[in-house]
Amino acid sequence: MSDFEPRIVAFVCNWCTYAGADLTGTSRIKYASNVRIVRFPCTGRIDYMLLLKAFDEGADGIIVSGCHPNDCHYTSGNFHARRRWIMFRELCDLMGIDINRIQFSWVSAAEGSKWADVVNTTVTKIRELGPYTEYKKVANWPVKEVING
Amino acid sequence: MTIDKRILRKDSLEKLFNILRENNRTIFAPVEHNGKISFKASGSFSSVATDYIQTTQSSKEAAFPRTEKILDYTKTRDNINASPFDHNQIPEVVIWGVRPCDAMGIAELSAIFNWDLKDEIYNQRLAKTTVIGFSCMKADESCFCTSVGGNPGNTEGSDILLTRMGEGGDLIAEIITDKGAAIVSFAGELFQKSEEGQKEKYLADVPVKFNRDEIRKKLDKYFESDIWVKQSLRCIGCGACAYVCPTCACFDIQDEIHGKSGSRVRCWDSCGFSQFTIHTSGHNPREVQSQRWRQRIMHKFSYMPERLDVYGCTGCGRCSRACPVDMNILEHLTSIQEVTL
Amino acid sequence: MDELRNKVKALLEAKTVNVVIGYEEGTGKKPRAVFAVKPEDAAKLIYDSRCVLNLAAYITKHEVKAKGKMAITATLPVMRSIIQLASEFQVNDNNLFVIGLTPDNQVIEFKNLAEVETFIHKFEISIDSKYKEALEKLDKMSRTDRWNWWINELAPCFKCYACRAACPMCYCHRCTVDFNQPQWIPVPSHELGNLEWHIMRAVHLTGRCIDCDACANACPLGIPINLLNKRLLEDAKKHFGGYQPMLKGDHLMSTFKPDDKENFIR
Repeated sequence: MSDFEPRIVAFVCNWCTYAGADLTGTSRIKYASNVRIVRFPCTGRIDYMLLLKAFDEGADGIIVSGCHPNDCHYTSGNFHARRRWIMFRELCDLMGIDINRIQFSWVSAAEGSKWADVVNTTVTKIRELGPYTEYKKVANWPVKEVING
Repeated sequence: MTIDKRILRKDSLEKLFNILRENNRTIFAPVEHNGKISFKASGSFSSVATDYIQTTQSSKEAAFPRTEKILDYTKTRDNINASPFDHNQIPEVVIWGVRPCDAMGIAELSAIFNWDLKDEIYNQRLAKTTVIGFSCMKADESCFCTSVGGNPGNTEGSDILLTRMGEGGDLIAEIITDKGAAIVSFAGELFQKSEEGQKEKYLADVPVKFNRDEIRKKLDKYFESDIWVKQSLRCIGCGACAYVCPTCACFDIQDEIHGKSGSRVRCWDSCGFSQFTIHTSGHNPREVQSQRWRQRIMHKFSYMPERLDVYGCTGCGRCSRACPVDMNILEHLTSIQEVTL
Repeated sequence: MDELRNKVKALLEAKTVNVVIGYEEGTGKKPRAVFAVKPEDAAKLIYDSRCVLNLAAYITKHEVKAKGKMAITATLPVMRSIIQLASEFQVNDNNLFVIGLTPDNQVIEFKNLAEVETFIHKFEISIDSKYKEALEKLDKMSRTDRWNWWINELAPCFKCYACRAACPMCYCHRCTVDFNQPQWIPVPSHELGNLEWHIMRAVHLTGRCIDCDACANACPLGIPINLLNKRLLEDAKKHFGGYQPMLKGDHLMSTFKPDDKENFIR
C-alpha cells in the first residue's frame, strides 16, 4: 500500500476554513498535498450529493469544513449543516458507506495549523484505509451481463 | 422447420440445465427474492423457482437490457475517440422458464427494433439468446393471453417449449427452431423420441375476455373520448407497467461522463412519466396523465398493429400485477370494448 | 360503512365539495382509490383494514386538484400526510375537507385541519417492531456486509419511480432525478444510479416521512426501501427528540438548536 496516494476532496466554506487554509499557506506550514479544495459560500450550501459525487469521481476521502458554531458569516448556516450531517452520516452508515472516509471539522480563519493537522491526519487515516475500491467499483459499472437486476 | 416433438423425463430437466452450463451458456432462470420472481443468472438448478404463474419482470432484458453501453469515448485536445459496442462481449444466453406470452413478446419487440432502422445491438443480442419456454399449467385473474392471440401452450417465440404432463410429471418437449435443435444436439440422449402425451389437456384455462380487433377499430374513434380521463385519474404516473412489460421498448440515451471520457448508454424510459414528451421549449404535448394513459393503450392496440402488423400486448398481465394503484389493463380494455360513443 | 357512505353522499349532495377521494373495492381483492363526484358514487366507498394505500398522494396530483374543492377519507397515516402537506403549503382549509377513519373504526368529520392536527398528535409515530428487528440485524453486520447487502437489495430496482409516485411527500413537479444540468443522479438503472437515487429519496424525506410504507408497498420488486426512512425516523428521535407533522412551527431539517449534539466533528 506504500505507493498509494489518497485523493481527498475538501469542501470548505469561504469565510472560515478557506481563509484558514490560506493562512496555513502564508504561514508556510507544510502539509500533505493530497487534498483538492473546493470553496463554497457556506457549509450550509454543501449538499450531501456533492459528497457522493466526489466518491463517484474517485475520491478516497472527503473533508467538509467550515466556521465554528456561532461564527457563521450567515449566522446559522453551519448549524443547519450540522443537523444535516448528523442525519446524512447515519444514513451512510446504514447503507454501508464508509463514514471513516468523511471528516467533518470546524476550522476558523485563524486556525492555519489546525487545517494542516486536519488534512494530515485525514490523509494518514485514508492511507491506512486504502483506496475506496468499493465505491469506485460501483461507479465504474457494469460490466457484467445482468438481466432483471 | 416443423416442430419436432420429444419427451423429456422429469429427472432429465436438471441434467439439461447442467449440460447447458457445461456448454458455456449463461442461464437466466426465474429465481425468487423478496417474494418476487425474476430472471437471474442462475448457477444452480436448485435455486430455480418452479411454482409461479408469471415472473414479475419479463425476459425482454436478454435482448433489451434496462441499461446498456452502446459506446465508450475519450475526448482529446482536438478529437474524440469512440470505441463502438463490441458484439463479442455478448454471451450465449439461455432464458429458462419463459412463459409463452413472454416468448410471443419477442416478435413484437423485434418488430419495433427492426421497423425502419435495424437495431444492431438488439438483433445481435437476440441472435445469441435461446428461449426455453414452459407452458402454463396455471393462470390467474390477470392473465388474458387468449384475448390477444396467444394461448398457454403457444410455441411462438420459444426455441424449445416444455409442457409438464401433470404436477411433477414428465415433460413434452417441442423443438421449434434451429436454436432449439442446437440445444438438443448437446443433450440428445435426454430428449427421447415418443408419441405419448397431448399437451392441450395439461394447459391452464384462460378464458377469452375481449376481441382485440374490435378494440382496435373502436380506438380509431376514441382519441377524444373522456374514457381516458375516467380510467387514468387513479394512475400516479410511475413507470412500473412499462418496465415489467415484455413489449414496451421506449428508451432514453444518456451520456455518463467522467472527466474527459465517458460512455453512451441506452436505458429504459416510460411514456407514463410526466416528462417523457417534454420539449426543450418547455411545451409538453402530453400534459396530463390521461393523455399518457391513452398513449399507452393506443400504442399497443392501434399504432403498433397499424404500422408494424403486430399488437403490442401479449396478455401476460404483469402491468396489472405490478401496478401500485390497481390500473388493471384487462378491466380497462373490457370497459373500452363495452362502452359506446 | 353506511355512516361513511352517508356522510360522503351528504357532502356531494350539498355540493360542499366537488370530489371525494376514498377507497373502493379493486381487482385482486385489493382496495384502490376512487373519486366520487356524484352522490350515488358514495355507495362504492369502503373502509376496512386492507385500506393501506396512502390517498394523500392524490391531493397534490394535478388532475385531481383541477376538480376543485375536495374531501378525502383519511386513515391515520393519510391524516399525518395531510398535516405535513399543509405545513408545506400544499393544502389548506379552503381546498380540503377531511373525513377521518380512525384506528378504532370511527368516522369523524373534522371541521378544519387544526382538528386533524390535534387528533394525530394523540398518536406517536413509531416504527413497527419487525422493522426495528430488521434494522438491528443490519447494525450487527460489518460495514462491508451492509454495503453488499444494500447493493444486492437495490440491484433489481429499474427506476420505475413507483416509490416516488406513491409518496404523498414527493409532490415536486420536477424531481432532482429529472434534472440534467447538472445531472446529480445517473438516469440509468445500474448500481450507482440505484444507490444514489435511494439515498437521495431518503434524504429528501428526512423529517417529513410519516412512516406510511406507501413507498415499499408500491415497489413492484419488493425492495425494502422503507428501511431507509425508518432508520431516519429513529435517528430523528435519537438526536432531536423526534417529530410530528405540525401546521405551524419549524420542520426538523429546516431548523436547528445551537446545542445539537454530535461526536464526529473535529
